[in-house]
Amino acid sequence: MPKDTGIGASTRRREDVRFLKGKGQYTDDIPPAHDQAAAVFARSTVANGVIKSIDTSVAESMPGVLAVFTGADFADVGGNPAGWLINSRDGEPMKEPKRPVLAHGKVRHVGDAYAAVIAETEKQARDAVEAIEADIEELPAIMDVKAALTSDNFVHDEIGTNQCFDWGWIEDNRRATDDAIKGAAHVTTLELVNNRLVPNAMEPRCSMASYKESSDEYTLHTTSQNPHLTRLLISAFVMGIPENKLTVIAPDVGGGFGSKIYHYGEEALVLAAAKRVGRTVKWTSDRTEAFLTDAHGRDHVTKIELATDAEGNFLAFRTETYANVGAYLSNFATATPTFLHGTLMAGNYTVPNVYVNVKAVFTNTAPVDAYRGAGRPEATYSLERVIDKCARELGMDPIALRRKNFIKPDQYPFASAAGLEYDSGNYDALMDKMEEVADVAGFAARRKASESKGMLRGFGVNAYVEACGIAPSNLVGVLGSRVGLYDAATVRVNATGNLSVMVGAHSHGQGHETVFPQIVSDMLGIDAQSIDIVHGDTSKIPFGMGTYGSRSLAVCGSAVVRATEKIIAKAKKIAGHMLEAADTDIEFKDGQFSVVGTNKSVSFGEVALKAYIPHNFPIEDIEPGLEETAFYDPANFTFPSGAYCCEVEVDPDTGKVRVDRMTAVDDFGNVMNPMIVTGQVHGGLGQGIGQALLEAARYNEDGQLESASYMDYAMPRADDLPFYIVDHSQGTPCTHNPLGAKGCGEAGAIGSPPTVVNAVIDALQSGGKNVTHIDMPLTPHRVWSAMNNA
Amino acid sequence: MTKVEMTVNGKQVSRDVEGQTLLVSMLREDLRLTGTHVGCDTSQCGACVVHVNGKSVKACTMFAIEADGADIKTIEGMAGSDGSLSVIQSAFQEHHGLQCGFCTPGMVMTAANLLKDNPKPTEAEVRHYLQGNICRCTGYHNIVKAIMAASGQDVSAIAAE
Repeated sequence: MPKDTGIGASTRRREDVRFLKGKGQYTDDIPPAHDQAAAVFARSTVANGVIKSIDTSVAESMPGVLAVFTGADFADVGGNPAGWLINSRDGEPMKEPKRPVLAHGKVRHVGDAYAAVIAETEKQARDAVEAIEADIEELPAIMDVKAALTSDNFVHDEIGTNQCFDWGWIEDNRRATDDAIKGAAHVTTLELVNNRLVPNAMEPRCSMASYKESSDEYTLHTTSQNPHLTRLLISAFVMGIPENKLTVIAPDVGGGFGSKIYHYGEEALVLAAAKRVGRTVKWTSDRTEAFLTDAHGRDHVTKIELATDAEGNFLAFRTETYANVGAYLSNFATATPTFLHGTLMAGNYTVPNVYVNVKAVFTNTAPVDAYRGAGRPEATYSLERVIDKCARELGMDPIALRRKNFIKPDQYPFASAAGLEYDSGNYDALMDKMEEVADVAGFAARRKASESKGMLRGFGVNAYVEACGIAPSNLVGVLGSRVGLYDAATVRVNATGNLSVMVGAHSHGQGHETVFPQIVSDMLGIDAQSIDIVHGDTSKIPFGMGTYGSRSLAVCGSAVVRATEKIIAKAKKIAGHMLEAADTDIEFKDGQFSVVGTNKSVSFGEVALKAYIPHNFPIEDIEPGLEETAFYDPANFTFPSGAYCCEVEVDPDTGKVRVDRMTAVDDFGNVMNPMIVTGQVHGGLGQGIGQALLEAARYNEDGQLESASYMDYAMPRADDLPFYIVDHSQGTPCTHNPLGAKGCGEAGAIGSPPTVVNAVIDALQSGGKNVTHIDMPLTPHRVWSAMNNA
Repeated sequence: MTKVEMTVNGKQVSRDVEGQTLLVSMLREDLRLTGTHVGCDTSQCGACVVHVNGKSVKACTMFAIEADGADIKTIEGMAGSDGSLSVIQSAFQEHHGLQCGFCTPGMVMTAANLLKDNPKPTEAEVRHYLQGNICRCTGYHNIVKAIMAASGQDVSAIAAE
């Protein structure tokens, strides 16, 4: 195979050409149907309120208005469900209040939609929304996660509490962890907030539905990371539309980062509206709506304790976390703070005792769900901040303390104290490489240079391990998942030898259209350019659970491998027939099928043609055609890991932090396309540094989102960020999937926030300030205040 | 309705528009040039940058009638007449300066204007010039690198494949 297109080549992305020419087709770019109408939503301006009445009569009579919907129209359809059932420590199942298509009875956060207008034009719909008379009695907003648990003011009156669940992991470890902490020579305690973020994919959500009466079929174009999952949720839970009557298409999608995993009420609304008015109905979010209604991320309030012996050996981690789930349970909201967080709380370490308590709390805020990293950034932040504080208290070097407690390469598979079995890794090798490529030895000289300019310079380090390749269905089923998390691929070899590969993963920036052909071309020995990827359309692909949790390559890529293996197996039979030999005597190499020990051979293309022109075929033994499907269900999670460091400069006069050097050394297992993997890390680093220094979704006490535009929410811009140093040369292959791949999409966002904060604390300490913690984002005001109050 | 006439990507166009129609709406909805994107409602994100009489402008900050008589270039007009990518577009592909592609048209248009004003910008100058363009995917590394490469500078010392 040419080295520039197979596995391991930095093949340039074929999808780039259409994007660079402005020829991408995002949902909002689809040419309007001849009958297209617009939907606009009436959204609550208060955080908590009782809907006394909604008068739509004026709106209904306005020009161009086709229909007006309120919550009453959806009283008989199902709620949008949570995908994971979590049981509390006492065995009680979590509280699952209904999440309706449109708010009914109560509005529960600013932006909660309680009505929608369908009109000929968007402008007419907007005008009509203004004319809806809603009498909403405002109630005090429930905003603080701790106060919410003792309040008798409830987000959902019918459950009589604001607590969704009180989860312990692992409950049987609780006593041993308590005892270890009680008897320890040293205990480091840290209270911290993992700041609430808005994912902010650059393309706002957009949904467009049509209904064909003659066949009772619906089509939904929508901004989704997983069209099949969206179809499943709409069909099985919300609308009851049979799956064979609903096509969901997610064309080009402008980023997701988690926020487009979930099914949202707007999708159900346009479907219902398309049927009622008999027209194509489209809704496009504006950015303010996106801030108010896209699922947010993080928002944990945590206390973590680390117990060590006198030499710095870790004895126990104990964590208590209050996780804000917002006003309604989004689809992955209950999995994120539990099985994507608690199970990682042993980190990269041989620590024998771990106990995690998570209380999930309803508040009058937008739903909170998985955002790039999803639970694992929260775990890593808590662990790596408390370890850094511990190192300072013990007077130990932060790298040495981590190394002392690392799981060693000969200990795999390693059963962590938080319940996962890590299959592979080499954390010392990552740390060695990090020290080399970051030139850690040169830090002292760089600090001196900064100090001579009057700046404080700090060095921060971090180690992480995460669980990706989501996920083994058997395991997640035991843990409460209501779906299986396999993926699927179909490889179709056409008669003329070119291929269509239908994949369940969805590409919205990850480069699947380039990478999956690299794998198939490598396996079949044919030109990657003759292979096309089909994704994002439930009518064209067999099934799929979509793209999130760094799973596309490890899970769907493995399905592609399995389907291609089936193609090779069948092609060998056909070749055997053509060459008059047993298929067991056929060897396949570099695109040629040969009879072992002879010079008789046929090419892949000749076999493909024969499959579709089966003259003289032994049809009892071989079916015509050459198309195979595989579903791949992973045996375990994959466990990417990394060692990160960064150097910051802090201006002591203003508290402004500048990231000067950021280094990420990751173990992603085998890498298919280094260029794309590096780009994924860059993006994660940008978002992680954003979380550490800039970003905060901030509500006031009345539940108004104060950071609901790009004027108020500090998105990282080009001049906030440095060039990054990225290395993934130390990969240890995943042991249980055919590619040896682990997943790279979230790593940067997981590893970087604690690295940056550790570096800022180090800088302040170097300036003689006894500051041990500052909550993110480390804005100039917060840093300056911490310095001047220390 | 007001009649506006302008040159868009070298072609004379004429449309009747309402007074409050934004240039970006006219481009996307009336001319179906959907490569120019709308990513926000506060003129912050830069996904809608086009060239108006040779200068980069956020097409959401301008009414269509204000562009009457103007020479407009959008992302659809950046490739060669044979469909080949321009130097800047090629550099974005070569250096992986895009992922989801949504901010990309605005980035390319802004970059083109930067290199017209400043043919050999430093890293700091590139980053400063991009302040009005938000990308959520790339962390900007490869965008900055691509623009410096497009200016003819040697970027081999900047990390990554």
